Amino acid sequence: MWALIHRDWQLAGRRRVEALLPLVFFIVAASLFPLGVGPESQMLRTMAPGVVWVCALLASLLSLGGLYGSDHADGSLEQMLLSGRSLAGLALAKAIAHWVINGLPLVLASPVLGLLFDMQPRELATLVFSLLLGTPVLSLLGGVGAALTLGLRSGGMLIVLLVLPLAMPVLIFGAGAVGAVSAGVSPEGHLSLLGALLLLTLLGAPWATAAALKIALD
Amino acid sequence: MQWQSLSEFIAMDGRGLYIWGSYGVTLALTLIEPLLAVRRRRQAWRDAAASQEDN
Amino acid sequence: MSIPSWTTFAAPSRFEPLAAALMPWLWLVCLGFSLAGLYMGFMIAPSDFQQGQAYRIIFIHVPAAWMSMVLYLAMAFWAGVGWAFNIRLASMLSRAIAPTGALFTFIALWTGALWGKPTWGTWWVWDARLTSELILLFLYLGYIALVEAIDDPRRGDHAGALLALVGAVNVPIIYFSVRWWNTLHQGSTISMTAAPKMANTMLTAMLLMTVAFWAYAFAVVFTRTRAIVVERERGAQWVQALTASGKE
Repeated sequence: MWALIHRDWQLAGRRRVEALLPLVFFIVAASLFPLGVGPESQMLRTMAPGVVWVCALLASLLSLGGLYGSDHADGSLEQMLLSGRSLAGLALAKAIAHWVINGLPLVLASPVLGLLFDMQPRELATLVFSLLLGTPVLSLLGGVGAALTLGLRSGGMLIVLLVLPLAMPVLIFGAGAVGAVSAGVSPEGHLSLLGALLLLTLLGAPWATAAALKIALD
Repeated sequence: MQWQSLSEFIAMDGRGLYIWGSYGVTLALTLIEPLLAVRRRRQAWRDAAASQEDN
Repeated sequence: MSIPSWTTFAAPSRFEPLAAALMPWLWLVCLGFSLAGLYMGFMIAPSDFQQGQAYRIIFIHVPAAWMSMVLYLAMAFWAGVGWAFNIRLASMLSRAIAPTGALFTFIALWTGALWGKPTWGTWWVWDARLTSELILLFLYLGYIALVEAIDDPRRGDHAGALLALVGAVNVPIIYFSVRWWNTLHQGSTISMTAAPKMANTMLTAMLLMTVAFWAYAFAVVFTRTRAIVVERERGAQWVQALTASGKE
């Protein structure tokens, strides 16, 4: 499994610009909101958790098209299927690789965005932690969507539409955690629910992705 | 009969727009949907007959 | 011939005459219960103490919302059966349910908005039930988009089944998270669950309309299933035989 993760990492390294696009999208998209609603700092501070989270959600999902796409195109995906190795293991490895390449940069960049929105230190910390818990869930859910739409023309947009409804609880608890801190309440409830979602998704998503891959490849 | 007149029934104490807007759209949709389904079914049989002629 | 069991009708060729025979009865039930429900709702049920006449929208809104949820579960169930047991008709039935389910979801949202405006002053209320209903619409649209995007019918069937089942599992999670979200944000004292205290006549009218919607759903879904069966089975012998004898 490490080999698979390492391989994806190397492939991403060869196309560094492409790999960084979701991060750039994240920053640009979040920056659009002040331009759209005005620079009034109180309002921006209130909007900030939701805005950052929605942009992270979109940035994560938009990069899913290529998750299995290139492996499918060059036949290596079929080889992995035939080799008899666990497809669920493959799905988990792919999700981890996606998270390291796409999700983790978002987590690391989020404090910068938070500062743009004038978030306080406690809010920033909660934001980072909530994204740390939430972005892996997005990668795992995204894997299911990517496998289901393998090889389809409308792939990229379709994945986003399929996965967004499923990702809404993540958004609610993630942004909610930061909002709770702003309101002076403990984010514990939100964060534990996020953690529970992560566990549930870790258990269920690789298995569902494996089933989807089998459906797509048979 | 709790309605004194037809115009009272339609007006619904000023809420007529909302009530008839709801019922009207629902009626329209529940008329269109079955018609579309029947049309699809008839078209399917026509296509099946046509494909037989090709054989 | 063996005693017909429920699996007898799993053959598409058997489904067609069964559905055709049921059709007029389904529409009759639909019409009858609709008229009864509407009569009860408008002629007998009194105006509400708090909401006046506007509450009469619930005779459509609540049954439509119930149908939207039940149809989603039915869609996921039949899709799952079609996938697990490789029964094509079950998958076809599932595909036929989707547009009707989406329609009821839309009707629930539309009537919800028209109920909200005169009663609470806004066209849209981000309360738990309406928001969950909106997400349900997205789930339906996603399913339809996926199965329509896949050319191979069986792959489409199975992929749709997986998506529908994943969606069904998520529905309680989504509903719970939306309720959580809703109760936290003060300022929303509006709740669509604050329906008027139901007089018996109101409840009866609502239940009559629910039966009417059920019959409607069966009728439309079966019609669409018949269409899908012929579309997919057009080369089959029983279809060819019927076209030769000049059907429909």
